[in-house]
Parts: sequence; structure tokens; C-alpha cells
Amino acid sequence: MTTTASRPGAKPRAAIAARTLRTDRWWVPPLGIAAILLFFIAYATVRIFMAKWYFVPEHNYLTPLYSPCVAENCVPGSSHFGTWLPALPFFIPLGIIAFPIVAGFRVTCYYYRKSGYRSLWASPQACAVKEPHTKYTGETRFPLIFMNAHRYFWYLAFAVLLINFYDAALGFKGTDGGFGIGLGTVIIWVNVLALAGYTLSCHVCRHITGGRLKHFSKHPLRYKFWTFVSKLNAKHGTYAMTSLFTVILTDAYIMAVSAGWFSDLRFIN
Amino acid sequence: MGSTRKFRVWRGDENGGDLQDFQVEVNEGEVVLDVIHRLQATQTPDLACRWNCKAGKCGSCSMEINGMPKLGCMTRMSTFTEDETVTITPLRTFPVIRDLVTDVSYNYEKARETPAFAPPAGVAPGDYRMQQVDVERSQEFRKCIECFLCQNTCHVVRDHEENKPEFSGPRYFIRAAELDMHPLDAKTDRKEYAQASMGMGYCNITKCCTEVCPEHIKITDNAIIPMKERVIDRKFDPLVWLGRKILRRDQLNGQGQGLDAPSGKPAGVTGHAKGVGPTSARLPEPPDLQEDGKLALTEITFDRPAAPSPFGEDVSFPMRGTSYVHPDRQRETSPEDEGTQAH
Repeated sequence: MTTTASRPGAKPRAAIAARTLRTDRWWVPPLGIAAILLFFIAYATVRIFMAKWYFVPEHNYLTPLYSPCVAENCVPGSSHFGTWLPALPFFIPLGIIAFPIVAGFRVTCYYYRKSGYRSLWASPQACAVKEPHTKYTGETRFPLIFMNAHRYFWYLAFAVLLINFYDAALGFKGTDGGFGIGLGTVIIWVNVLALAGYTLSCHVCRHITGGRLKHFSKHPLRYKFWTFVSKLNAKHGTYAMTSLFTVILTDAYIMAVSAGWFSDLRFIN
Repeated sequence: MGSTRKFRVWRGDENGGDLQDFQVEVNEGEVVLDVIHRLQATQTPDLACRWNCKAGKCGSCSMEINGMPKLGCMTRMSTFTEDETVTITPLRTFPVIRDLVTDVSYNYEKARETPAFAPPAGVAPGDYRMQQVDVERSQEFRKCIECFLCQNTCHVVRDHEENKPEFSGPRYFIRAAELDMHPLDAKTDRKEYAQASMGMGYCNITKCCTEVCPEHIKITDNAIIPMKERVIDRKFDPLVWLGRKILRRDQLNGQGQGLDAPSGKPAGVTGHAKGVGPTSARLPEPPDLQEDGKLALTEITFDRPAAPSPFGEDVSFPMRGTSYVHPDRQRETSPEDEGTQAH
């Protein structure tokens, strides 16, 4: 029996039995990406429900998974934007404001759509490898039609990015309360720069800065923006994966310092 | 130095077939298509294979080499190890005719369904003026050689034959994007058409089309995703819709010439593809006719040399009253001229 697709009335394709004739190790990239994505999902789930070790008051280090922390039961000092939510029960994460936004932003991201559909949904796992699904409607109907909401997640994620920058600026707090730089500050800034790269290189950003125009010549400034974003956009996948790791690294470092597993390495003050 | 390599080539037709083993001599610098030709010359003179330019520009020799859609003429044998068996099969998405030749008419049907360039009203042929910066994006898509490797590798139709009526495929998405980004195209509903009648929503951005493109066109990043975003502007983004209604932003309305073929049917062939003609102020132009009102039988018997001259029919070449000498040449010759005059 052939594994090539067919439908009644259609002329037959070449009768080739193999699911794929690829001889390279095509399963390695989707397997690796699946491992990374699943690890991040598991790590983030554990961390957002942990509700502790997310803030280092000595140096104002706040993990991006809990920023902004606006509930009454946030650790004192971690609420950079006030506490206008009541104390949250254990099953609602303290990062409830931003986490759904950044999670939605990543899920609907064009890069993560590629990596997710390939590695987690096998649709398809790799090019020219037959997918296991018998029916396929793509993003034409519920629920995947909501992938088109990426634009709205981008608008919101941009606001979250600004909040992250504000948090990072507060991270220059020295041991005596004045200006200071520690390893935590450096890690936090590397993370926000990676997040900025990821957010600005987004395809939606490329579209709204100038991609939707028909005549670049009538909008020279927007064309410049578009050209800049297009350059970043070519590396969107790199920014997406780098920022995923920097978020984990930042959170893990702040957790370790906050829990007292080791102390922050101070460079200045 | 030549060496003998192992090959498996799919032989058969619509009634069935299988992979046949061959041992063929391979020389330095050769490509897979050279090996196919050597097979035809030495062992299997009836092996069917489509080819033409041998330079990666005609898009004829599309095949699957070790399972990956590639051009036979652009796949060097040096990319395989000497003991590797190279498997060559026809494109798996299209019906097989014989051996490595497939019936790619699906693509031509989709090409016919895709609405053509709509000339802007009030601009005569020859008067089209565009800024380079406005056409750069579209020019990338003009590199397409129509090898249909992207159409072949796209899992939407490769693994689901039933999607073929609704799905035009990456090659025609770049065509849609090319025309939607074209500064002079007057059709304003290309976005809606791409979504409703070309099956843009079926694409899930897995980028295999970009991976296999021999012209390295960034199909997904530069055509499909921008086109999806343009569709979102029209179909899924209430803010943009509201902004367009209130502010009457022409940039989002395209040229606003009202040249829309009816679309909106959820799937399949509509409007232009069904044969509904354009409603432009400028009608399609007929070819030049002879004085008796008939089309010339051949170019030789035609009373004019070719298409109308952009300089006008009354101008003949070389034009009189104009002279041109290259400035360098003029400098070289001028001392001699002076000398001649002195004598």
C-alpha cells in the first residue's frame, strides 16, 4: 500500500511505499526543539505557581515571570506598579497580568508556530516527511484561527517589554542602597535586550512599521523603520530561542539568590 | 577520477512501479542530472526525465533526491559519500506520468485561477512609472523559476490530496503578494481573495517551501507572512478596519479603483478564476491587426515588423540629426583631427 495521499477521482501518484526516503537525521531538529519547548513549559509552570523566591530586595531583582507583581500578597518591594489586585489564591499565579500575554505572544508567534507544529504536533515533522494526521484544515477554523491574534499579543507584549526595562533599570541597586552592578544586573539586562530583540524582530512589528504599505516612496521614515525591522526579522528565530533561554537563566539566577543558595556576585557596590 | 556509485531510481507509471537499482559511473564535477543522462545513454534508454537548461534556471528537472525535493541539475554528486546509495524518485505531490515525469497541471490550473495584474485606470501603456524602492519587494518573487518544488513539498497538498481544490500553494501566494505589493496594481481585494479563494489559512508556516526553493526566495517570511498580516488587516483586525473607515486611509485601501472581482466564497474557485472579466476603465487590449482587420498568419507576412514602437511608428532608426561620440573616444581623436587640419 502506498503512503502517498490520494482522493477518489484523482489521478494516481507514484506508488512509493516509504513514509519518507530522506536519509539524513531529519528527526533530530524537531526532537531537540520539542525537548526545549517542553522543558520551558514545565519549568515555567512550576515557577509561576511556586509563589516564592522571585524577588531579591537587596538589589531590586525581580524575575520576568512575576513582573509586574500587582497582587496584595506580593513580597514587599516587588510591586513596582502598586498592588491593585487583591491577594490571589494559590492556583492563580502572581504574574497573572503579564504571563498570559507573553505566553500567548510566544504561542502565536510565527517562529514558534513553525517549531511547534513541527516538533509537538508533527504537522509535518520535517519537510517531505508524511504527517500522521488523516485530515488537515490548517489555520482556517477554530481553534487555530486564533493564531491570527498574534498582532494583539504583540501590542500587549510591547507594553510588558517596557515594564521589563523599568524593572531592569531598578536592578542597578547597590548593597548600600545607591548605584551598584552585580552579576544579577548583567543577567537581567542581557535578558531584556534579548526580549527587545525578539519583540522588535517580530513579523507583526515588521508589518505595522511599514510592511502594510504599498508605496514605500511616500513614507521614507516608515521605510527606514521597516528596513531596520526587516534586518532584525531575519534573525527572529535566533532571538526567539535566545530570549527563551535568557528568561530561564534570569529566573533561575534570581530564584537561587532569593532562596539563599548562593549570593549575588557584585562588581560595583 | 571516476567511480562507480549505486543508485535507486523509481521506474513506473500510473499503474504502479518500484525502485530499481543501478550502478553508474560518476565523474568529478557531475550533478545528479548528468547521472540520469548517463543512465539513459548506457543502461535504460527509455528512462523518462524532464530537463532543459542544466543551469538551475528552467525549473524542469525537479525530482526527489534521497527524499528531498531538489533540482537534478543543481545537486552535485560530491555532496554524497562514495558508498552512499542515491535514491531518485518523482515528485510525490503530483500524478505520475512515467518514471521521473509528473503531471504538474495542478500548478497551471492554480496559475490560471490567480487574478492577473490589473492595469491602473488612466495610465497608458508606456506611461507606467514606479520607484525602485516600491518594486523591490515584488522583484524578489520574480526570481521564481516555477520548478514547483515548493508546491511539491507543502504538506497541505502533499499529504492531503483533498485540499487541492481549495489550496493554491506557496508559488501562488508569492504571486498574490507580488501583485498586492505592486505599486500600480489596481485590484483592491487581493487580500480577501487570498484568504477566501486561495486557501491562505491552510498554511501553518512550517517553512518547507522556503527550505527547498532553489532560488532562495524567502517565501514564508517575505510573502506568506506579510500576506497573512495583510489578510488580518482586512478580516481579523477590528482596529485597522475602524481606522480605515474613520480616517479613510488610502494606503490601506490600495489604489481604491474598484476593480474587485467578486470574492468571499469560503473555498474554491471564484471571480476571476470562474471567468468573470475585469471591470476596469481600461479594457484588455487586442493584438495588432492587419489592415484587413485580421490577425497576421505569421510575423513574416505582417505589414509591420513587430509590436508598436514606443517611439512612434513614424520614427525610423538610426535617427537622423542626432550624433553621439563617446567622450573618451572624442578626447583620443581630437589631437589627430587638429593635426590633420594643420596640414
